[in-house]
Amino acid sequence: MYKYEKVIGLEVHVELSTKSKIFCGCSTEFGGRPNSKCCPICMGMPGTLPVLNRRVLEYAIATGLATGCTIREYSRFDRKNYFYPDLPKSYQTSQLYLPICYEGSLEIEVDGIKKKIGIHEIHMEEDAGKLIHDQDDEFSFIDYNRSGVPLIEIVTKPDMNSKEEVIAFLEKLQLILEYLGVSDCKMQEGSFRADINLSVRKKGQKELGTRTEMKNINSFKAIGRAIDYEAKRQIDLLEKGESIEQETRRWDDANGISLSLRSKINAKDYRYFPDPDLPPLVVDKDWVDEIRKRQPELREEKIQRYMKEFKLPEYDAKILTSSKYLADIFEKTVAISKNPKEVSNWIMIETMRLMRDRQVQVENITFSPENLARLIELVEAGKINRTIAKEIFELIFDEDIDPEVYVKEHQLGVVDDRDLLIKVVQEVIRDFPDSVTDYKSGKDKAFKHLMGQIMKRMKGKANPVLVNELLRSELEEL
Amino acid sequence: MDYAKMTALELASKIRNNEISAVEVTKAQIKYIKEQEDRLSCFITLLEDEGLKRAYEVQERIAKGDYKDSPLAGVPMAVKDNILTKNIRTTCASRMLETYIPSYNARVIDKLEDAGAIILGKLNMDEFAMGNSSESSYFGPTRNPFNTDHVPGGSSGGSAAAVAAGEVFYSLGSDTGGSIRQPSSYCGVTGIKPTYGTVSRNGLIGFASSFDQIGPIAKNVSDATAVLDIIKGYDSKDSTSIAREYDSYTSALTDDVRGMKIGVPKEFLDSPMNSQIREQFDKVIKVYRDKGATVEYVDFQTSDYIIPTYYILTSAEVSANLSRFDGIRYGYRSPDAKNLEEIYFKSRAEGFGDEAKLRILLGSYVLSSDNYDTYYDKALRIRRLISNEFDDFFSNYDILLGPTSLFTAFNFNAFLNSPVEKYADSDNKYTIIANLIGSPAMSIPCGYDEKGLPIGMQLIGRKFGEKDIIRSAYSLEKEITS
Repeated sequence: MYKYEKVIGLEVHVELSTKSKIFCGCSTEFGGRPNSKCCPICMGMPGTLPVLNRRVLEYAIATGLATGCTIREYSRFDRKNYFYPDLPKSYQTSQLYLPICYEGSLEIEVDGIKKKIGIHEIHMEEDAGKLIHDQDDEFSFIDYNRSGVPLIEIVTKPDMNSKEEVIAFLEKLQLILEYLGVSDCKMQEGSFRADINLSVRKKGQKELGTRTEMKNINSFKAIGRAIDYEAKRQIDLLEKGESIEQETRRWDDANGISLSLRSKINAKDYRYFPDPDLPPLVVDKDWVDEIRKRQPELREEKIQRYMKEFKLPEYDAKILTSSKYLADIFEKTVAISKNPKEVSNWIMIETMRLMRDRQVQVENITFSPENLARLIELVEAGKINRTIAKEIFELIFDEDIDPEVYVKEHQLGVVDDRDLLIKVVQEVIRDFPDSVTDYKSGKDKAFKHLMGQIMKRMKGKANPVLVNELLRSELEEL
Repeated sequence: MDYAKMTALELASKIRNNEISAVEVTKAQIKYIKEQEDRLSCFITLLEDEGLKRAYEVQERIAKGDYKDSPLAGVPMAVKDNILTKNIRTTCASRMLETYIPSYNARVIDKLEDAGAIILGKLNMDEFAMGNSSESSYFGPTRNPFNTDHVPGGSSGGSAAAVAAGEVFYSLGSDTGGSIRQPSSYCGVTGIKPTYGTVSRNGLIGFASSFDQIGPIAKNVSDATAVLDIIKGYDSKDSTSIAREYDSYTSALTDDVRGMKIGVPKEFLDSPMNSQIREQFDKVIKVYRDKGATVEYVDFQTSDYIIPTYYILTSAEVSANLSRFDGIRYGYRSPDAKNLEEIYFKSRAEGFGDEAKLRILLGSYVLSSDNYDTYYDKALRIRRLISNEFDDFFSNYDILLGPTSLFTAFNFNAFLNSPVEKYADSDNKYTIIANLIGSPAMSIPCGYDEKGLPIGMQLIGRKFGEKDIIRSAYSLEKEITS
């Protein structure tokens, strides 16, 4: 194995989150009654014509700009011809000859080593419908709700050599798309799916080996497994002196194997040609500049800004920006509470813990930044202690309660009553003479013990600053 | 009253002036059509009840003062059967769509209905508009009203014959390489193929998307112009529709060609033209010169490439355009198909006629990865070269003039065993050119041959030069037809 290296390129299909489909006005919303979101155009009825949704073009250009691609001024749609019942026109409108974006790259980092992964092109295309086989013994049914949902396909160069690099690339790409707001990138719903082109070669060898393409992989874990399996399969063949067939393979994650789908000899001839129903796309430079200006701040820029503007450590900045949703919550909370490090801690520690416990995806977090900010304020002002604050935060996370109201209603506020606290302090001093002696002999630990005993008797609700002050002065007076 | 002899505009004006009722004329036309149809077979679907119902509606609205700006309101017409009509069977003259009922109207149908047209039915054609004789129709051929042993031309054979026979006052056809003009020529009527992008293709069942245009077939230039005025215009639902100001073409109906520059392809001087056609052609040239236009012979370097380029590109486009007819969602499905593969193979084998299959094979061949560069891509490039040469021509000339066809309507089965001859025949080179470059073109009747079959002259203009061809056609019509 050590003699070989993997060479991997990716084709990433991303469903764009436009409201309507690529060539008609139908909704792109996921789910719904079969064939309730289609019209004569996306069902390929006779006489229908496509009209490009400009938002699709805009999203493709935004993605191209964020991945350092050149935007083609004169681009075109092509027809990819093949027969399948889920494809109503029997051709997919896609881009082969002049894709909208080309020659970009993304920098990834694996184990502290940075590497540039080339992007060959990004093109636009339409999704197909869905076959339903389990409704009837004799017939299959077709749901065209997905037919015409806009996709972009991002094709990388064969620049990756490990599954770690592949996953780092995909994570980075996913984050960019999320930040741009062009896709929700849900792998489970199929809105972000990658095909893997993989070959192996002896280390030091210049020319590429014969590659296979693996389809149907729908999680990062499966991607890792598929890469390991396919590389081993190819190396075993080469070691036996056999050759690798160029083919398309299907990843079967349940059994952990890849299966041949079709070989190059049986490869389809898609008879691509420019779609005569769609005029060439002439992309105006000014429009591209406008899109460029409107690009949201991406992760790298955010990390730098968090470190500079909020004086956060790089560690915090990286975690907070690991999801656009997390960064959004952070920024909105900071805007109210003006205490970035404290906000950062609440998000990095408590929020992420609860996400794990409650199995909540970051995009499904529902609490409002206002309530988190109020909670932080209560703690800062010494009105509640941290233990109670954590408990209240769980309620904020789950039900988005207002902490101020809650504290009032449940009398969880800190006790500031001097006379009451002095009494308790004196009780504790009386009950723990040994600790008092220790303190007097200079053992600082004893003070902490006495503090702890007081807080315990107060069930944690005493104002710690005040208790500290009172305990010290009582001890001094002894 | 003998309605059949009237023009559409004459009839409309009498309807508007309450001299004739749209209902009476519709009844008379339906009766007349039924008499003629045994002989001619222009219609695939005759809308007897719907047509009459519509006539009552339109007549009522005319009486109420509606359709004031519609010069053709109340006039019965019919439509080539590749143009979608909501709730009315639209077959493309194919078994594939024998029972297909569209859920929406083509844009041109909406426009015609808004203008008070009375649609009497759907007209016969070559299957999926491929052919020049209307013989490839699944429903059987249409016959030429001048001589029923002869074809009406094609592919809009039904549209031309129905107007020529007086069954309807005008019709719509579609033109991909001459499919409006050649049958107009063979049937002695006037047909216009507009500039590509002038009339919406939305709802036209596509043959070759980058060539197809819908256009009018009528009894004279004024009628055809009035129809074109109704159906023209930008449509945001057709991406190839061109957004611009389309002012009325009617203003071009003047008998004034002074100063116009007309070019005639030099190769017509020695092409194998029927002698009566040559006589007419010479006469036309003389008429134009007498009326103050200049007529010059012009050599075209790229003209030999017109036909192969056309067949490669249109076959490629149609091979994909006809792919959706797969027996899955609508259209013909073979009753013998037992699995998915058989649905495709059997439905398409049984649903398409020979001509459609031939073009699908041709198109698939030129688009296959081994042949793409040799044929399709090369043809695209040559189309550009041809366009450049003809654009140059039109920067110096207003009109390209020639006979629409080098011969008159041929007999049935003339090309039955020689499809290559049919394709390669230089006869349609100069109708095809208009579609290759996107120019407007028109055929108008110019006399008859020794058998009494009509002769047509073709006028091609520069892109959006509709007014030039209409003006020169109108001027010629005054001199020759009347």
